[in-house]
Amino acid sequence: MFSPTILIPAILNGLLTGAVYALVALGLTLIYGVLHIINFAHGALLTAAMFAAYFVYRELGIDPYIAALLLAPVFFVVGYALQRFVIGPASHGDDRNMLLVTLGIAVVIENALLFAFRADTRTIDLPYAFQSIDFGFTFLALPRLVGFAAVFAVALALWLIMGFTDIGRAIRAVAKEKLGAELAGIDVAHIYAVTFGLGTACVAIAACLLIPTYYVNPSAGNAFVLVAFTIVVLGGMGSVPGALVGGLAIGVVESLSSLFLGDTLGQIGIFLIFIVVLLVRPSGLFGARA
Amino acid sequence: MSDQKIPLSRRQFLATTTLGAAAVAAGSIAMPSVLRAAGAPVKLGVLHPVTGALSYSGQQGRLGATLAIDEINAAGGIKALGGAKIEPVLGDARSTPEGGTAEVEKMNSAGVACIVGGYASNICLATTQAAARYDLPYVVDVGVADTIVTRGLKNTFRFGPGFGVIAKTALENLVTINDQAGKPAKTVMIVHEDSLFGSGLAKLLNAQLPQHGFQVLETIPHPTPTRDFNTIVLKIKAQNPDIVIPADYYNEYVLLARTMLQQHVRPKAIYSVLGGAASSYKFVKEFPDAAKGIMDCNHWFDPHSEKALALKKQVEAQGQFFTYEVYLNYSCVGLAADALERAASAERPKIIAALESSTWSGHTMPYGPTKFVNGQNQGAAPCNTQVQDNDIKVIMPPKFANAKAVFPMPA
Repeated sequence: MFSPTILIPAILNGLLTGAVYALVALGLTLIYGVLHIINFAHGALLTAAMFAAYFVYRELGIDPYIAALLLAPVFFVVGYALQRFVIGPASHGDDRNMLLVTLGIAVVIENALLFAFRADTRTIDLPYAFQSIDFGFTFLALPRLVGFAAVFAVALALWLIMGFTDIGRAIRAVAKEKLGAELAGIDVAHIYAVTFGLGTACVAIAACLLIPTYYVNPSAGNAFVLVAFTIVVLGGMGSVPGALVGGLAIGVVESLSSLFLGDTLGQIGIFLIFIVVLLVRPSGLFGARA
Repeated sequence: MSDQKIPLSRRQFLATTTLGAAAVAAGSIAMPSVLRAAGAPVKLGVLHPVTGALSYSGQQGRLGATLAIDEINAAGGIKALGGAKIEPVLGDARSTPEGGTAEVEKMNSAGVACIVGGYASNICLATTQAAARYDLPYVVDVGVADTIVTRGLKNTFRFGPGFGVIAKTALENLVTINDQAGKPAKTVMIVHEDSLFGSGLAKLLNAQLPQHGFQVLETIPHPTPTRDFNTIVLKIKAQNPDIVIPADYYNEYVLLARTMLQQHVRPKAIYSVLGGAASSYKFVKEFPDAAKGIMDCNHWFDPHSEKALALKKQVEAQGQFFTYEVYLNYSCVGLAADALERAASAERPKIIAALESSTWSGHTMPYGPTKFVNGQNQGAAPCNTQVQDNDIKVIMPPKFANAKAVFPMPA
């Protein structure tokens, strides 16, 4: 139906888009893996981070890619504080409460942004935002290639943290056996907050990768989070490699289904996968069997 | 308790007598204007979706309306009412028809003489109907759905053009532009958002374009929001149409134009109808490269009107973009004020009668004097604009044009 000249670029573009989806999903799956809650504030935090990246560029003139190095620690602290001082205490140790608190935080953040910045859409114009690299058979946008590389760097860093540091071992311990970890002297509240912080830092980096080519308004983040939920289910709840592979897969599926089915139906491809995975393999590609 | 009874009954007595006096006053013809001669302010409902999804447009609309009110008041108010000031009653439709209807109820209770605004078609459909129950005159600012003025509501007046007129003009102008350039364009691709606005337009274009010798290669619908336009642009690239016609809201329009630039897709023209970003100063300022050469058929002010240019300066001095919501609302308030002036009354039936017979030309639009037939301003028409030299120029109709169309676009 379509010649390779359009099919191959579509797949490559799908992979590039999927990488950013994967990064958003990475934060979500990390938080799920340890805290066992779906963080409903993820989209709102992504929006907040996009606003932050926007203003850091506009007011301080810092390029979003450099701002990522600045915003990641800032949003780590934000995430840490949210979990430690808001979500944790407000949920009184019940996971279901935590879920509702994150939903509440999402509402508060979104409306605060709407109040502060109105519904106006904002974009930044960077000299390299329009640049694309000619591969002979197709043009690939430079900002997307940078994003792709950055996502793998973040995933690698996360893997190193989880595998080779004390804090990573503690996180894995809490994820596996909360009570046991507590008995072994691990401060569970602290680990929860660190995990939430790491997830939020992922979102901050994703925001910095998105802002050169995307726009921000108070509901911009939501468009990505619904996809991220699907990726987390596909890759396996709580699985870091799952989020990465799932993200790339969903990116390609979205691109191809929009090519073959049209963009209106293209979204169906994503959610069909969601349903099929839940029916056939509820634990996801890389998820541990419950 | 008995102590309170006396003042209460006195108040009731006063109220009854005042009502009685008012009834007598209303009965006589001369009295109301004599009473008004004191210059009591006239309340004007200013209704826009200033929160929610449409809040940007709503706030721009409110800006235009309030600028007009301030100007009229500073110039001495409504002279036929003894210099009565216009007192705006601001309302927020919260971007929903229900929100708009609730505001109409409030404004009616507040005793407004007329309402201006609505913005979105679905809000206007609901608010005009709610206002009709109270015979409350309503001036629609934007709402392009043709059903707004075809339901036989006596109170409803639309100053701007409807969808049918806009689409027809857009098509005719496209044919003219192509003919004048020696018919270089033969193939077209349509990219549209999949709600009522985009789909309706795509359907219309698909029916009409072949009759004018254009071949529609493909029509691509997409949802709002769409995160990524690469696949769509790849399709455009593969088919290589002469003209791309986007019908999208602002965000998607910008993403599409940027992605086309990124993928080096340069058709002979990008031609849109009510294009979300095509005739937006914001887009031109933020992405001059992506906006370059884009043509649009949309609401636009008369570039030769001194009044419009002065207003543009005033709006830009406030750090705002001079968008169509601003100057349409500015003009709609002027229209309502003119009706008040000629009605020499704040009574609703008289204002409706004055609007029906309106021949007002003090506005900023390329419409000529107003003339309402069944609530639709007959002279209302869109303009064709093109982004040239980092500015937006009018290229059609010739009477109002301040530039010539650049078509086909130099590669």
